[in-house]
Amino acid sequence: MAELKDAILDYVKKEYLEEDDDREISYDTPLISGGIVDSFSMVSLKRFLETKYSIQIPDAKATPEAFDSVNNILKMLEEFNVR
Amino acid sequence: MTNMRTYEEEVRDFNWGISEKELGYKPGADINIAAYCSDRVCAMGKGNKLALIWEGHAGEVKRFTFNDMRLLTNSFAQYLVNLGLKPGERVCLFMDKVPELYFGFQAILKMGGIAQPLFSAFGSESLITRLADAGTAAVITQKKHVAKVRVLLNDVPTLRRIIIVDDDGLKPLREKEVALHMEKEPRLESFPIYPSKAETPSVLHYTSGTTGKPKGAQHVHYSLISQYISAKYVLDLKEDDVYWCTADPGWVTGTSYGIIGPWANGVTQCVLDAGFKAESWYRFIEAHKVTVWYSAPTAIRSLMKEGDEIVKKFDLSCLRHLCSVGEPLNAEAVLWSKKVFGLMFHDTFWQTETGSMMVTNYPTMKIKPGSMGKPFPGVTATVVDLKTHEPITKAGIVGLIAIKEGYFWFVGRDDDVINTAGHLVGPFEIESALLEHEAVAESAVVGKPDPVNMEVVKAFIALKPGFQASKMLELDIMNFIRKKLSPLAMPQEIEFVPGLPKTRSGKIMRRVLRAQEWGEEIGDTSTLEND
Repeated sequence: MAELKDAILDYVKKEYLEEDDDREISYDTPLISGGIVDSFSMVSLKRFLETKYSIQIPDAKATPEAFDSVNNILKMLEEFNVR
Repeated sequence: MTNMRTYEEEVRDFNWGISEKELGYKPGADINIAAYCSDRVCAMGKGNKLALIWEGHAGEVKRFTFNDMRLLTNSFAQYLVNLGLKPGERVCLFMDKVPELYFGFQAILKMGGIAQPLFSAFGSESLITRLADAGTAAVITQKKHVAKVRVLLNDVPTLRRIIIVDDDGLKPLREKEVALHMEKEPRLESFPIYPSKAETPSVLHYTSGTTGKPKGAQHVHYSLISQYISAKYVLDLKEDDVYWCTADPGWVTGTSYGIIGPWANGVTQCVLDAGFKAESWYRFIEAHKVTVWYSAPTAIRSLMKEGDEIVKKFDLSCLRHLCSVGEPLNAEAVLWSKKVFGLMFHDTFWQTETGSMMVTNYPTMKIKPGSMGKPFPGVTATVVDLKTHEPITKAGIVGLIAIKEGYFWFVGRDDDVINTAGHLVGPFEIESALLEHEAVAESAVVGKPDPVNMEVVKAFIALKPGFQASKMLELDIMNFIRKKLSPLAMPQEIEFVPGLPKTRSGKIMRRVLRAQEWGEEIGDTSTLEND
């Protein structure tokens, strides 16, 4: 679980923060409402999760709420038995 | 009681002199948009009235009166002058929706510069294209975006200054960089506002076309006349209103009706600098008692998607007038807003190039859901033949825009420009960027229908030898474009193909692919290479 959490957090930092953006991001940092991942970029984050964990996330489940923090994402992944 | 009488009465009696007179402008006199947004409002005795209520994503709230805005824009303008910036030079604003963006915009105009706001989600390639074309002299930005500006110094030789508005001193500033802390600057009681005239350039926005690079649409200070009166009539802005325009000033709505129109009317504006979340938006309306709301169809459809129940958790009875812009507003969205807010969204149509509203719905005119409304008083609109540019006089011809009983209706567009979430994206710019990816041999980019964003970007890609189509490669290409251009330009779907449909002369036929996505007739394919 901790490994999964860190893999997602690292990906978010690597992909969605600029080189000089030194904002601290934790598992609870709001990603969507905090302006780190916008609604368009959310599609690429969804695609990352689907590719890495071999799952299909239906559009109805891919809400800004479900993607709003690493912890929220983990909760959603549990539904797909990704732990 | 609305600001407008009936539509017919306004059309009958309207002339632009009405707006000039209300603003106290006489042809030939000085006219500076920024002076009208704060100094004039203060001179009318409203200095202590709230101009801006700003809320950040962490919930922090800042409030500025019109007098605060006057003093802060004076100081900001003086700072720009002290840096050696000159009237007529283009100064880019590359920031999130922070107060410095709104005040920096006015400061640039006060010192005679041309404000060039750019969407802060743009990647470095999108920036280079627009700054190099504009010959931009300075960029005002935030720490988190400065890396995207640093990489373009060699490509934009005119760039002399990079102004960082939130530098914390933890890392040394680099070449050409300076730090400005707007609220810590001494507040200047007076500043010699640049004596701009009606045709003096004011704001430069970029818009995408089918071919070539994005093109600049430069506006002038006289645009104030139409922005002021249309904000008053269409948005129906009044003395006690609290107005929320959800658009980012990186796009024309965010400057014409997120800065100029409402503040020239002396109205209090709210800004939410946070990503979209239905609950946050409703809470924001409730907390700040928003009365007039100007948003976009994509946002409205995203709210619809979240359902009706969530709306009931908030007291939104403060709302009294709703408008929409950016893409055609579908009838379902208009009817939904009537159901949940008790108010219909009024669709408005205009363009980056026009700078102010052209065809709109009005508070005193019956809405026909799905229609963009009727021409603004003082604007003559007609539908012309695409080839001859002559007005179409015969009834019953199917085209791209239809007129029925005086109401204008959007039918479709015939070019390759993609309207995604109300923003125009040019396929050429994306295709050019795709070619820079190591795996891409050639590509064609089209709009694909989307229930929320109207269209999203889809790319058809032929790979170079040695590369295999895979989910990982698809993700890599998506991220490549997202960072290079912007999240809006990122293909949301990639289809790997062995080759692309081309004319015999080798030109890629996007329309064949577009028709395939939209389930339309492909049309004449007689020039197809592999027919």
